Amino acid sequence: MLTLFVTAFLLDVALGSVHIPVKEVVRILFTTDAGNESWIYIIEKIRLPKALTAIIVGCGLSVSGLQMQTLFRNPLAGPSVLGITAGASLGVALVMFSLGSLTSLYTIRELGISGSWLVIIASSSGAALIMLVIVTISSSLKDNVIVLIVGVMIGNITLSLISIWQYFSSPELIKDYLIWTFGSLGGVTGNQLFLLTVVVTAGLLISFFSSKMLDALLLGDNYARSMGLTVKRARLFIVISTSILAGGITAFCGPIGFIGIAVPHLARALFNTSSHRILIPACCLVGTVLMLVCDIVAQLPGSQTVLPINVITALIGSPVVIWIIAGPRKLRGF
Amino acid sequence: MGQPILQTTDLTIGYHTRSNQSKTIAGPLNLSLYPGEMICVLGPNGCGKSTLLRTVAGLQNPVSGTVRLSEKNMAQLKPEELARQISLVLTDNVRNGNLDVYTVIALGRYPYSGWLGILSGADKAAIAHAVQVTGTSDFLSRKIDSLSDGECQKVMLARAMAQDTPLIILDEPTAHLDLPSRIQLMRLLHKLAKENHKAILISTHELDLALQVADQIWLMDSTGHLAAGLPEELVLDGSFQRAFDKDGISFDTATGTFPVHDTGKETLTLRAEGAAAFWTRKALTRKGYVVSMDDQLQSNVVTIVETRGITQWTIEKQGQKKSFNSLSEFLAAL
Repeated sequence: MLTLFVTAFLLDVALGSVHIPVKEVVRILFTTDAGNESWIYIIEKIRLPKALTAIIVGCGLSVSGLQMQTLFRNPLAGPSVLGITAGASLGVALVMFSLGSLTSLYTIRELGISGSWLVIIASSSGAALIMLVIVTISSSLKDNVIVLIVGVMIGNITLSLISIWQYFSSPELIKDYLIWTFGSLGGVTGNQLFLLTVVVTAGLLISFFSSKMLDALLLGDNYARSMGLTVKRARLFIVISTSILAGGITAFCGPIGFIGIAVPHLARALFNTSSHRILIPACCLVGTVLMLVCDIVAQLPGSQTVLPINVITALIGSPVVIWIIAGPRKLRGF
Repeated sequence: MGQPILQTTDLTIGYHTRSNQSKTIAGPLNLSLYPGEMICVLGPNGCGKSTLLRTVAGLQNPVSGTVRLSEKNMAQLKPEELARQISLVLTDNVRNGNLDVYTVIALGRYPYSGWLGILSGADKAAIAHAVQVTGTSDFLSRKIDSLSDGECQKVMLARAMAQDTPLIILDEPTAHLDLPSRIQLMRLLHKLAKENHKAILISTHELDLALQVADQIWLMDSTGHLAAGLPEELVLDGSFQRAFDKDGISFDTATGTFPVHDTGKETLTLRAEGAAAFWTRKALTRKGYVVSMDDQLQSNVVTIVETRGITQWTIEKQGQKKSFNSLSEFLAAL
């Protein structure tokens, strides 16, 4: 798995519209040796940040998906399915709207570091809001399928709110917004990358510290309570870390689908465990590899075109979801 | 008898409605439970058995009154302290694709393990002991959703044993089990109470089994009245009759059962002993006869004679004698 990770990472940095040999990539990454000036520039300013973003996104979304699947005891839960990313989008849209600007990555970049914080906070709050609504509803509804439907509907409401706002916007703004919704790993550089790393690391740490609580929740709220867990507090921790992870990533990379729902299942199948102490790092590893692979595919190696990352994650993630629902029974768990 | 594990003082149970009012289901209850004792809570559906168990388990607040656990007021115990006093086996679904049996049992150590849930040597010893006394060692490596209902219930009991609490509460543990599993489980619970000195509180609909294994019965009726006492006492003082009083259903004190069949067609006098007499009586009751064992009656006398391994049923009706070599022939001729 680790070798796979290193290979995927190197390939992701090496492949792109400009051909750079893998040997050169390694040399540029690990030595201060000056080689081809433009190659160094491409790698340091474009490809390396993009690969790092892919790692962060892979870790963050997978772990937030894992936490949601455990919290809702639902194998089909995930940030994009239950409308958490939609909530984050709403947060981003609100910030842009109140600033009288447009919601696109380019504007976020223009806002500078304080703006980045603002967007992250708005996006995470949007995510947390939806998360809390769904947690409240799910505690009174016992049926998994109903919770899922409610989640999807709340996601729709959020998206329609955004659509209303879009309707009154100019075509250029809509185009920018649409590009943002395609998802993008590129364009997160410098300070933003640093910020995203800090936020996602914080989310991952909270999540890792909650792994014992998550284990207890596997048997349901009542059993968890009988084992001494304060369920409300545990939920709060999980909601906070999930919102930070999904919200932070959505703010900068757009709503990236399917990673959150698919990776936890892959990690469970590969590592054959349900202990979160192992699953959280496992999700990070699998999520990272999958995200890097998606990014490599998105660049269509050998061509000049780059496909939006969301297209690829859906292409790879959807079969996994179908596999979960229709496939061998052991995967239907959560 | 020493100190009670569980003691309730003027406890009224029920639930709080939205408008800050409370609906009382039963109470005031003054009950106690001692180590080594197995108590069955019996009562018709909807009489509040689960509410009582949930209240004494701390999953739900009492309307008024107090619950004391080993002399300590439960309301003042921290969740983690409570988890070292009471373990639960609930009706909640725990079937979850990726959970293996060992992990489930190990979750019982939750109140004792560190912040990451890593098991110490003492934890592992407690798990091994729980596995041994519940006889679950054969399916430790299996997934929980591959177990039968009976096996699953044993695993949940092993989890409760691993939690190492003086009191174990089980909510309808025999529901959904087939007859052999029901008997096995009841026997196991009885053994745990006697050999491991656990206090065991279960709710059940298994009247027959409860009468056999319970040290005490808490019998609830639909008006919220609770009668506590020895099983035999409750049978003799008519409490069973009152608790299950419904149209056309009556508790037969002589047999300790609720007869399914209406009686009263015709009276037969049975002169026989042993197993053949017992089962013939059952068959006759099913056919709607009143069976009398009175020696004085001379009409309609049924005798069963067993010679050299051949059983013969003879009926004397209006001076005529007829003999049959099997019970079915005999019944058909009546």
